[in-house]
Amino acid sequence: MTNETGIGASVRRKEDKRFIIGKGRYLDDITKPGQTYGYFVRSPYAHAKINSIDTSEALNASGVVDILTGPDMEADGIGPIICGWGITSKDGTPHKAPAHPALAVSHVKYVGHQVALVVAETLQEAKDAAELVEIDYEELPHVIEVGDALASDAPQIHDDIPGNLSFDWEIGDRAAAEQAIASAHHVTRMDLRNNRLIPNAMEPRAALGEYDAGTDEITLYTTSQNPHVHRLVLSAFNAVAPEHKLRVIAPDVGGGFGSKIFIYSEETVCAWATKKLNRPIKWTAERSESFLSDAHGRDHETHAEMAFDADGKILGFKVSTKANVGCYLSTFASAVPTYLYGTLLNGQYTMPAIYCEVQAGFTNTAPVDAYRGAGRPEATYVVERMIEVGAREMGIDPGEIRKRNFIPPDAYPYETPVIMAYDSGNYALAMDKAQAAIDYSGFEARKAESAQRGKLRGIGYSAFIEACGIAPSAAVGSLGAGVGLWESAQVRFNPTGSVTVFTGSHSHGQGHETTFAQIVSDQLGVPIDQVEISHGDTGKVPFGMGTYGSRSLAVGGSAIMKAIDKVVEKSKKIAAHTLEASVEDIEHSGGVFSVAGTDKKMTMAEIAFSAYVPHNYPADVEPGMDETAFYDPLNFTFPAGTHIAEVEIDPETGTTEILDWVAVDDFGNVINPMIVEGQVHGGLAQGIGQALLENCVYDKESGQLLTGSYMDYCMPRADDLPTFRVETINTPCTTNPLGVKGCGEAGAISAPAALMNAITNALGKEIDMPATPEKVWRAAQGL
Amino acid sequence: MYEFDYKRPGTIDEVAGLLNDDTVLLAGGQTLIPTLKQRLAQPETLVDLSAIESLRGVCPDGDQLAIGAMTTHAEVANKATIPALASLAGGIGDAQVRNRGTIGGSIANNDPAADYPAAVVGLNAVVNTNRRTIAADDFFTDLFETALEEGEIITNVTFPKPEAAAYIKFDNPASRYAIVGVMVAKTSAGIRVAVTGAGPCVFRQAEMEAALSASFTPQALENIAVSADGLNSDIHASAEYRANLIKVLAKRAVVQING
Ligand SMILES: Cc1cc2nc3c(=O)[nH]c(=O)nc-3n(C[C@H](O)[C@H](O)[C@H](O)COP(=O)(O)OP(=O)(O)OC[C@H]3O[C@@H](n4cnc5c(N)ncnc54)[C@H](O)[C@@H]3O)c2cc1C
Repeated sequence: MTNETGIGASVRRKEDKRFIIGKGRYLDDITKPGQTYGYFVRSPYAHAKINSIDTSEALNASGVVDILTGPDMEADGIGPIICGWGITSKDGTPHKAPAHPALAVSHVKYVGHQVALVVAETLQEAKDAAELVEIDYEELPHVIEVGDALASDAPQIHDDIPGNLSFDWEIGDRAAAEQAIASAHHVTRMDLRNNRLIPNAMEPRAALGEYDAGTDEITLYTTSQNPHVHRLVLSAFNAVAPEHKLRVIAPDVGGGFGSKIFIYSEETVCAWATKKLNRPIKWTAERSESFLSDAHGRDHETHAEMAFDADGKILGFKVSTKANVGCYLSTFASAVPTYLYGTLLNGQYTMPAIYCEVQAGFTNTAPVDAYRGAGRPEATYVVERMIEVGAREMGIDPGEIRKRNFIPPDAYPYETPVIMAYDSGNYALAMDKAQAAIDYSGFEARKAESAQRGKLRGIGYSAFIEACGIAPSAAVGSLGAGVGLWESAQVRFNPTGSVTVFTGSHSHGQGHETTFAQIVSDQLGVPIDQVEISHGDTGKVPFGMGTYGSRSLAVGGSAIMKAIDKVVEKSKKIAAHTLEASVEDIEHSGGVFSVAGTDKKMTMAEIAFSAYVPHNYPADVEPGMDETAFYDPLNFTFPAGTHIAEVEIDPETGTTEILDWVAVDDFGNVINPMIVEGQVHGGLAQGIGQALLENCVYDKESGQLLTGSYMDYCMPRADDLPTFRVETINTPCTTNPLGVKGCGEAGAISAPAALMNAITNALGKEIDMPATPEKVWRAAQGL
Repeated sequence: MYEFDYKRPGTIDEVAGLLNDDTVLLAGGQTLIPTLKQRLAQPETLVDLSAIESLRGVCPDGDQLAIGAMTTHAEVANKATIPALASLAGGIGDAQVRNRGTIGGSIANNDPAADYPAAVVGLNAVVNTNRRTIAADDFFTDLFETALEEGEIITNVTFPKPEAAAYIKFDNPASRYAIVGVMVAKTSAGIRVAVTGAGPCVFRQAEMEAALSASFTPQALENIAVSADGLNSDIHASAEYRANLIKVLAKRAVVQING
């Protein structure tokens, strides 16, 4: 009998009731007795020396509690903001990261850089006083684009980092790739720009620090995707408080997309200042602060060369990328353009030789770090644009060239030349289904019909792959990660049979409260309304690594499975005792424990009750039913699929309309198809946003952020998007107990290449993202 | 936002009596409130016009349509008996903005990318104030500048009903204001072509008006070279692209009118 709330069922999201009736509790909804408000004074310059900061007038303003600056933090021994992943350059030297004080001490390096915190009784008073803080700046030359920053005559951003170069990293076999290119039948060469994005989660970042002088404990409420990582870093590196005296709570969080992984200045300052002032302090970013100071995404300049034989088989691939990391190295900034990028350049194909080199350059812009997909969208964009353009240049159908190069379904595990071992996949199946769904063979007729109306029709593919389920701790440790990337779970039965699951994952929109409950309901037969998922509070849940990289189900869900295994093992002993049978004879299925070959059985609820009321109980079994497990994945998972986009361009205005979008994704087993579809939709919206609409622009002359509000930064809206047609195929992952691969980033990873391939197919000309109307119009008019 | 006093008088005369250098009129607040929130203005007093009923409403009056200054975009969209005007109002911003923003606030503000200026000039409307009557061609003077004097209050705008008109807007993808918007109208004063979004301020395209007066067809516009000189150029659209859009949108407006 299938469980209607078990694995595979489209259960409505349990968490939505509170969000829909306005009972979600986001950070700004929390208010503490005696709370003060923090407001940050920020740099108006892209690069300047701070000659002096005079707070005397501001300190006298109405309602001001205190004004704190970088030197105050230094004096208290608060450590700088860190980068948690060490990258080694080609020459064996470690990456260079400038000291990053949470509040600027001597220099400001970008517009929006945090200089001082004004703490006042009300937000209005804090803002009024902030205008009275007198800062004497001496402007210095700045640089915005990474190509310019790495040029020999560039202004120097950090005294101790010559040439603004953080690292010059490589992966793969340079000689083999160059050899393949030198002797190939055809080589496709392109310069590609991966545009800079601003994340724009619906809830802006916020922090509320609360100090308890009685226990000497600091509680930091913050918009975090990984509260334990926040606690660890704030304690071990920033020395805000020892770990056992620091509690981090991430309540309902309204979206993250990567931008809430990182340990930022503002949160650090609030955690420190609450103890210093012995008052609760709340800071909530205004949208314009988010634009200025959330870690941005992408921003690559790439030259790529792909070598083909006469049949279109790929022989070698060489990629040189300049990655803009902004003015400081953010928490995972170094991993994104390296191990989350270079390792995915193999795509879905057999590529005998790959070489990738990445130079990471500092600029006078906000730090750049992981944003939905993180490195993998950049990799997919390069691979999928290159193979598409290769097909065009060689006169091969773009679907056909991919099929000729796909790793065959019997080749797993498949080792790529860029250190990944794919466990499973069926790329041709996804492609066949996508082609059938979009009626690929009917495209030429549709194109002709568009042409009659004066419109240009185009079709484009993206056969993407990503690495999720991040990640085996030993593997990432050997690559420079400062942490392990396992996950924790605790399955706690109550005496009456209901369950609370404590997970180290964090849900900020993904629907964990439903998906994780389905696993428990499926495996242990507990009605889903009796399963509560608790997350986001270091005071409640075991140490966990949090949510990013589409890891929650593959790693966090697997940890729940392991805890469930322990529950089952213990329950068998209790059942054996009660039913007077041997443990070996107890069979378990969906929460029913029976003696093999008899009708004697106990339910999970009965066993849980017995565990808490152990009147008739095995002597060698502990009372209680509360099992904790930590799961360290054996490998990454490799979601993959084919997306096909069909567009129509108005050559007179350059407007692109997306007519159709088919996504066939292999996410392995699927727990909740409805949630998966929603995740794909959201990812596609962001990927389409990147290709068509979104673009972060700093003015090169002034260093000001020109796209600092929704007046100029274009987020995708519902009417920009087509009706998506989403399907999955299900090749189970072989390396985790659920057989799942992860779906959170696929849309954002795949969409830009599919859309740009469709647009450039329509235009017959290559252009860079975003495909704004003017850019498309120029290409269509041959300007 | 800085602190300010708030007044909500019941008559135009009371409003006029309150106005001075430190007061600002508040209509729908869709431009003013964001400006205050960003601390870009520091008025001492806001004088809210919302209590004055006579400033509100769409009133057909023979071959004219009088629209009170405080009439929201949504109301114009629903009630204006000039279809091109109703559709223009229905294309402003989003539902929330249309339910608050007013025609008086929009034209007083004269944002270069606003839609209404194209309607006022294209349809040859008249702007009525508490002091006088201002012809459309004289009202919009420059970037965010109008003919309004200190303390002058727009009371309503009268639109002569055109024989036919069409407004075609090319949205800024981010803000959804007009990158370019073109109103083409057959009025009793002749063919009028008004362009918003493209320049510092709405303007008439005389060459197109002449060409369309001779032959009201899209082909008549084909050979007109729209100059990019003096047009706006920003991160969304260059002057050259805007020049292209003026012609494309004007032709489409003519096609729409000709059905
Ligand atoms: C998200 C958003 C999207 C928008 N999109 C568009 C768009 O697509 N197209 C477009 O055209 N506009 C757009 N707008 C602007 C909108 O139409 C505003 O309503 C309009 O610009 C101002 O009208 P208001 O009634 O809100 O005026 P307010 O903001 O209250 O006032 C604006 C100015 O006009 C003055 N004023 C107001 N009434 C009078 C009067 N009767 N006499 C003299 N002076 C007066 C005020 O003192 C103030 O200086 C948008 C606004 C927002 C917030």
